[in-house]
Amino acid sequence: MHGFLQYIQSYLDSDKTPGGAGNIFWATVYILLVFGGLSVAVIAMNWLERKILAHMQVRLGPMRVGPHGLLQPIADAIKLLLKEDIIPAEADAVVFWVAPFIVVLAAFTVFVVVPFGPTHAITDMNIGILFMLGVSSLSVLGIVTAGWASNSHYPLIGALRSSAQMVSYEVAMGLAVVSVILMTSLNDQSTGTLSMIGIVQAQQAQGEWFIFKFFPLGLVGFFIFAIAMVAETNRAPFDLPEAESELTAGFHTEYSGFRWSLFFLAEYSAMIAVSSIAVTLWLGGWLRPFPNALSGPTWDLVFSLFPGVTFLLLAAICFYNAARMPKHPLFRVQTIGLAGFGVVLGLIGLILFIPAVRVRVTDIFWFAAKVAAFMYLYIWYRGTFPRYRFDQLMKVGWKVLLPTGLALLILTAVVGMRTELWVELQGVWRP
Amino acid sequence: MNPPVATPFFFYLLAATMIIGGVLVITRKNAVHSAMALITTLLAQAGLYLMLYAPFVAGVQIILYAGGIMVLFLFVIMLISIERAEKERQFNKQWLIGIVAAGALGGLFIAVYTTTTKGKVLFPEGRMTYGETQNTQAIAALLFDRNAGQYMFAFEIASLLLLVAIIGAVVMAKKRI
Repeated sequence: MHGFLQYIQSYLDSDKTPGGAGNIFWATVYILLVFGGLSVAVIAMNWLERKILAHMQVRLGPMRVGPHGLLQPIADAIKLLLKEDIIPAEADAVVFWVAPFIVVLAAFTVFVVVPFGPTHAITDMNIGILFMLGVSSLSVLGIVTAGWASNSHYPLIGALRSSAQMVSYEVAMGLAVVSVILMTSLNDQSTGTLSMIGIVQAQQAQGEWFIFKFFPLGLVGFFIFAIAMVAETNRAPFDLPEAESELTAGFHTEYSGFRWSLFFLAEYSAMIAVSSIAVTLWLGGWLRPFPNALSGPTWDLVFSLFPGVTFLLLAAICFYNAARMPKHPLFRVQTIGLAGFGVVLGLIGLILFIPAVRVRVTDIFWFAAKVAAFMYLYIWYRGTFPRYRFDQLMKVGWKVLLPTGLALLILTAVVGMRTELWVELQGVWRP
Repeated sequence: MNPPVATPFFFYLLAATMIIGGVLVITRKNAVHSAMALITTLLAQAGLYLMLYAPFVAGVQIILYAGGIMVLFLFVIMLISIERAEKERQFNKQWLIGIVAAGALGGLFIAVYTTTTKGKVLFPEGRMTYGETQNTQAIAALLFDRNAGQYMFAFEIASLLLLVAIIGAVVMAKKRI
């Protein structure tokens, strides 16, 4: 027993990821934490998307189940689990059964290398970003096989669109990522890295986020990735594989109940995964804003108070809305529920002020906050942009993003090596 | 010191997955099932690369083969009618030649593995290992380094070959360029 406690304790003193330290106990804990956090995030996104979209369209959104519809996702989940699981006649039953699991596996496996902090990742791989891109590209196999196995026209068209779209946008995405990897090699040893933690540390060492590096090159790369990642996750305005007005529901038309909810889960966790790639590569991962301009212990303290303040703010919003609830006896339960939720959020906020917790949580908070900004962008896109036509989609992918990405890659290499290039050129001209 | 990840158990597991997948690829009549078996085989192969402490090659294997090429395979397979393809007569019934060729290849492998020249086997017991954390950088140095790079020329030739193939595909597919 003592040895076991020592085993647990030994990791806390090290400054490695659980995978790097080879500590199986903490690796399991981290996997469970990431899995649980991701599920909560997907549930929250479900509610937020409906709510935010509704407010953008001057509607109220879900209001009936729980105060302000807060329990709506849980009601949805129960409904989905109780629904009949239908397999269409003449469908390829085995492939139909396997397809959702491929999508979910691919969407969740990538989180093995997502760096929530310098030590807060399940493991750090030498090929981190390559692993993320590769495994997330496997999800298209699930989508394609789902569409084919349904033995129906709409899903098949959706699957064909999805495969064409994802293969096209992967190219532009890869080029944008490579330009960042070139930027990581601008150090004394001039060796870059593919490791997710290494990329953030490179930004820390160079003193700027890669979105601002070689202005405007970093910004252009970020925009290419930001467009391609929406197409990769089949979201509006690139949601052609499931275009409701044309294909009913696209590749998952024939899916129902639990299997359909797996597709839903995979779609949202894939969105979080690609957003965290963007955050890691361009927005400095877990680094707090303005580490140079606002440096020093005072500012460190101020920025480390942010997580607790955010939760207290959320609690205050809850209390405000609880106070605004109609004073009718029928609304009493909802009012108490909302106030109770506010109390829980406030308590979490207070816990986050404890110095020991604060130090460990700050990294995770900044990472999550940046990812949350991307999740809001996703909803914003959906509320704002009309859907692309398929030929327009292909045109943007191949004729705009791909040449821009190639030019960006070459320019980044040239700018990054400008002093060496200059020396070489002088050698050629003046022998 | 951590126990090594690359235990024989994983090797046999991955190798068995590859062999079963490979057999399924050629025995399934349904082309989509064949393609899925092929994907399994390729992923298991990526696992084998990982066991050889070559994570970069494993990552590229997943991105290119499982994520890229197989998607295009499936794309094409879905455009053909599976029902008709299943009824069509198989024209690859060349069991005898196939077995002879496979046997010859297997024999060659065994012969190469067991041959000794000047008392040495071709495959030494130890193998060159880079630290896992430096694998990608080591490959880059082998390919591009000004002093230690040995494979720059071969790499460029391969790139040129692929470029020719791309241009050829465009020229053949598009009537009016």
